[in-house]
Amino acid sequence: MRPEELLHTTPQGLYSPAGDFFIDPTRPVARALITHGHSDHARAGHGSVLATQQTLDIMAIRYGEAFAGTVQAADYGARIEVNGGGVTFHPAGHILGSAQIALEWRGCTIVASGDYKPGADPTALPFAPVPCHVFISEATFGLPVFRHPAPAIEIAKLMESLALFPERAHLVGAYALGKAQRVMALLRAAGHDRPILLHGAMEKLTDYYRTQGIDLGETRPARDASPAERAGAVVLCPPGALADVWSRRFPDPVTAFASGWMRIRARARQNGVELPLILSDHADWDELQVAIRATGCEELWVTHGQEDALVHWATQEGLRARPLHMVGYGEEEGEAAAPDAPAPDAPAAPEVAP
Amino acid sequence: MNRFAALLDRLAYEPRRNGKIRLIADYFRHTPDPERGWALAALTGALSFRNAKPGLIRQLIGERTDPVLFALSYDYVGDLSETVALMWPAPPLASLPPSPNPLPHGERALDVEQPAPSPPRGEGWGEGDGAAAQRARDLPLSAIVHAFTHMGRAEMPATLAALLDRLDETGRWALLKLITGGLRIGVSARLAKTAVAALGEHAPDAIELVWPGLAPPYEELFAWAEGRGPKPETEDPAPFRPVMLSHPLEEADVDKLDPAAFRAEWKWDGIRVQAARAAGPDGRHVTRLYSRTGEDISGAFPDLAEALAFDGVVDGELLILREGRVQSFNVLQQRLNRKTVSAKLMLEFPAHIRAYDVLVAAGEDLREQPFEARRARLEALISAHPTEGRLDLSPLVPFPSWDDLAAARADPAAHGAGADAEAVEGVMLKRADSAYLPGRPKGPWWKWKRDPHSVDAVLMYAQRGHGKRSSYYSDYTFGVWTEAGELVPVGKAYFGFTDAELIEIDRFVRRHTVNRFGPVREVVHTPTEGLVVEVAFEGLARSTRHRSGLAMRFPRIARLRWDKPPLEADRLETLEKMIGDESHAPRRPTAVLGKQRSPAGEM
Repeated sequence: MRPEELLHTTPQGLYSPAGDFFIDPTRPVARALITHGHSDHARAGHGSVLATQQTLDIMAIRYGEAFAGTVQAADYGARIEVNGGGVTFHPAGHILGSAQIALEWRGCTIVASGDYKPGADPTALPFAPVPCHVFISEATFGLPVFRHPAPAIEIAKLMESLALFPERAHLVGAYALGKAQRVMALLRAAGHDRPILLHGAMEKLTDYYRTQGIDLGETRPARDASPAERAGAVVLCPPGALADVWSRRFPDPVTAFASGWMRIRARARQNGVELPLILSDHADWDELQVAIRATGCEELWVTHGQEDALVHWATQEGLRARPLHMVGYGEEEGEAAAPDAPAPDAPAAPEVAP
Repeated sequence: MNRFAALLDRLAYEPRRNGKIRLIADYFRHTPDPERGWALAALTGALSFRNAKPGLIRQLIGERTDPVLFALSYDYVGDLSETVALMWPAPPLASLPPSPNPLPHGERALDVEQPAPSPPRGEGWGEGDGAAAQRARDLPLSAIVHAFTHMGRAEMPATLAALLDRLDETGRWALLKLITGGLRIGVSARLAKTAVAALGEHAPDAIELVWPGLAPPYEELFAWAEGRGPKPETEDPAPFRPVMLSHPLEEADVDKLDPAAFRAEWKWDGIRVQAARAAGPDGRHVTRLYSRTGEDISGAFPDLAEALAFDGVVDGELLILREGRVQSFNVLQQRLNRKTVSAKLMLEFPAHIRAYDVLVAAGEDLREQPFEARRARLEALISAHPTEGRLDLSPLVPFPSWDDLAAARADPAAHGAGADAEAVEGVMLKRADSAYLPGRPKGPWWKWKRDPHSVDAVLMYAQRGHGKRSSYYSDYTFGVWTEAGELVPVGKAYFGFTDAELIEIDRFVRRHTVNRFGPVREVVHTPTEGLVVEVAFEGLARSTRHRSGLAMRFPRIARLRWDKPPLEADRLETLEKMIGDESHAPRRPTAVLGKQRSPAGEM
């Protein structure tokens, strides 16, 4: 059968006519398979949802228990029969509970990988390549300028700054689901043992990570911290809060931001970041290639991000490759580092003050 | 180099002066000689790398990467050096030996084959094991300086490529920025020296005083700064002495000052110059002219250097005089930024020093003496050395009260400046009892410029600031009305307002946002709704880079005009008239108002 009969794009997202379900639909549908809990992939209001238990838990925390009509948990590696075909969830390494979804119908296998990263992460099961005919990949960092440094190097930058500016709070902008907990785990691994202060938006999800057996050390709500506790503390907050009135409670903070976008200086500067930490939950350029090759796929479909470069590379590798031009993804994490923020038509300061 | 590059990287993002000093001092503390000395040289601008042209960098990356991927990447990043630094092919992961230096990729959960050393695609992937092993060791800055000092033009591509192979992303970025002259990290030589002072007990001024005559890698300076060695001595008979600078005088300050304690001089619109002349060990006199930053500019002014006959160090203004009249700054510019000068140019543009201070006379250091005593010595020195009319005295401007001085400042021609009045850009105030101190001490010297220009403009965009201001919208883009009734941006200002005003503007911006572009907010600006700001500025120039066709020099927010509806803000034609109008441009007969920056320094 042609792969398109098994899966193709629709305005609501990827749809499988064979199985009559959507993957990560952007609007409410009858049957949805969800790769992971980020809000651009996991939305409320579907009739029934199939996802890993952790993704279901995260959706319930974010949207309330009644986020879908019915839910079903998928175990990693367990094949679920749907309308005569098979659906299997495999670890994607992106965040806690994240999965790639493999569809198999009449000898054709397609893997929709959602967001993924092959790099190590103490808060997520490692990415497992799945042999397939068609691999569907994101391309958030699909340009050869994106080669993420080892996370330990970036955390060392933060630790050095804490040592050099022990009197200043270090505000670290990090996405509330996944990135924030990964930063905490990395800090603990680097030997940082002070309580970490949390913005209110992160408390519930962080508590949930703990119930899943992930040790994040002591955390406290930032709003309750005394000035003495704030001095020299790591404070995690959503990226948007860095520039918000919220941040004024910290006198003279060091403003850090943990994101793959921090690789690009203009992006860091646009966000007023003083300590960019290049920490990403997405595959970088080399990792995209390694992951795609590891699937042994014949065909590559690219969902969102820098599709042109990845399709160009894949074509040169002898793969059939095409962009899916999907919209509505990559928004939640990109919010504060809007990759395409246009500058207004404003003149720069013509000269430096004398 | 990778460590120094990491420092440059941090400095590029650190907005605070004290933060920068701590970062640099920390680097000096943890970096051995001579590496840190070369770093200090790079920070103070004492290193000059042979410039690499962007064309060469494009050629090198073109040989190593896919052209389509390069084009897409460059388009995305928007900066050539940064794109190349990030894209430069790294050695294959599998062949990297374990090393104390962290490598770009650490452990991976993915247990699959890494890219092979010789992939099917030809370019950019292979690199020998030798290069990979080299890459694991850091490359000393001294090796880079040595390479760039000793290579010929033909060796440049291979040398640069070999260096880039051995650096990490940040290291490559720093190297490319250093050699293309595009390193903008907001660190002055003074700041770097202040960081040296922070290593020990010496004051930054003490570092300034020994600095002249020292050369990289400054091992004796670090030894002294850390209390391990003697004070470095200079062997140069005519070294540069750090100059004394002034603060701008605000109208509000005037009432607090006692006119009787001050002396006033004209503030000349030339370039600050220090002339040093003394006998060397062989008895022959050495004469040097320095810019205010200590750059030796004697080579550009041999006519002046040869004419000087005194023994000492004189501080003054470099001007062009024709038939005894001071020429405009535009005329002076013909002689700036030149390494050598033709006889014709010297004849056409004769250089001159108008002196206002003396630091050393006949071997005696006068800097500790009060201004008045130095002034007497200066007058004696000049009358003893006529110097073919190349050196004269900047006259004092007598003033019984501040009102009298304000009148003189407003109309120099009628108050003693005569035909030279057009070269006067204000008055200088110097305490009669002030010693000559290096740097910019607050209090003894003030500059009181002629009134700035101002317009009423409408706030259009606001951007968040840095550091303490990072949650405030503190950078403002403002515009004036065109004939068609549109607002066109004419400048950007980020100071001039009080803290209380900042809070008011921030609140206005947050409540009146109509559009967001990343960190920039567009605020409401219709004829009836919006915020009018009075913008003061020093000059205007025509500019093709800006939609308005104008560029403002030194704009700042003078007042908030909550009372004024946007429709009543100024119009573009008013600004255009200012450019054309001689009455606003007495010091700039051409289209340009305000001073152009030049490496030779400005006042």
